[in-house]
Amino acid sequence: MTEIIVVTSGKGGVGKTTTSASLAVGLARREKKVAVIDFDVGLRNLDLIMGCERRVVYDFVNVINGECTLKQALIKDKRHESLFVLAASQTRDKDALTREGVEKVLDGLREEGFDYIICDSPAGIEKGAALAMYFADRAVVVVNPEVSSVRDSDRILGLLASKTRRAELGNGGVEQHLLLTRYNPNRVESGDMMSIADVQEILGIDVVGVIPESEGVLAASNAGVPVILDESSNAGHAYDDAVARLLGESRPLRFTEAQKKGLFSRIFGG
Amino acid sequence: MGILDFFKSKPKNTANVAKERLRIIVAQERAQRGSPDYLPTLRRELLEVIKKYVNVDPDAVIINVERDGEHEVLELSVALPEKGAALASEG
Repeated sequence: MTEIIVVTSGKGGVGKTTTSASLAVGLARREKKVAVIDFDVGLRNLDLIMGCERRVVYDFVNVINGECTLKQALIKDKRHESLFVLAASQTRDKDALTREGVEKVLDGLREEGFDYIICDSPAGIEKGAALAMYFADRAVVVVNPEVSSVRDSDRILGLLASKTRRAELGNGGVEQHLLLTRYNPNRVESGDMMSIADVQEILGIDVVGVIPESEGVLAASNAGVPVILDESSNAGHAYDDAVARLLGESRPLRFTEAQKKGLFSRIFGG
Repeated sequence: MGILDFFKSKPKNTANVAKERLRIIVAQERAQRGSPDYLPTLRRELLEVIKKYVNVDPDAVIINVERDGEHEVLELSVALPEKGAALASEG
């Protein structure tokens, strides 16, 4: 059975592509056959985060238009046999993606025996974002503990509950998961960042992961190696926990407690 | 808190402020969710018509779409000003 997971947020810059890349790698490491699709037509970026930008020959829209086969457009990951990337088109034509076209590609992936399809949504609530979520079975809503991100995410939750195929069919809707990113436990403790419980209370959905603010994330995208592969990064470990939870394991949250201050900073503040 | 913090002004707990603001705006936006897009325009035009006869406040017109099983009910409520306070057109 193929499961379609949309990674979405409403607001831009909160870590959707970083999350899509790491979830895809995490699932592939667990022997799952995974395709990760960039829905951000005109602003392709997943290829850079995955480190396959120089191997893009055909893209999502080429497949939809029948200009190549699905197999030709799927870029096999260099590190994981069972992981494939489908790049976004760089066309400026906003109507390049159609619901029928997207469905055709997803059905094709189903026939190829993929276990998971990760749909990396563009920001906003326009066509690309709407199509990324339409066929989803589950949604990972990426949120920063910050007012505009939380509000936009709530908007997205409303759309997931009404503008998706599962919602239209009335079979329970899309399963929703909250993934907090750029979480800084020290700032939460000092009272200038909302806590996990605060965000959860406002949005009312379960937390599938909390990714600490980490220098490793920028380093990973600089290198084109998804951060989940960085053994030295807390963010990487936190993503691995999130993948395990998506697969039904229960794991305690890590990296969510403030660091105890040393004697020096106790005396001099900071 | 270090000794030096003593001299700094104590920052407010801005996270709580954020949470409260979000709680209100999110509840408000959820209440409007699923209502038809034409409601704001309908409300504005109704207000203009009503104002020809009665001088009501802009926020005196409240429009809601309620779902009652299979049916949708358009609920319209207009709070009229107190008697004698204002008859809009004298001429």
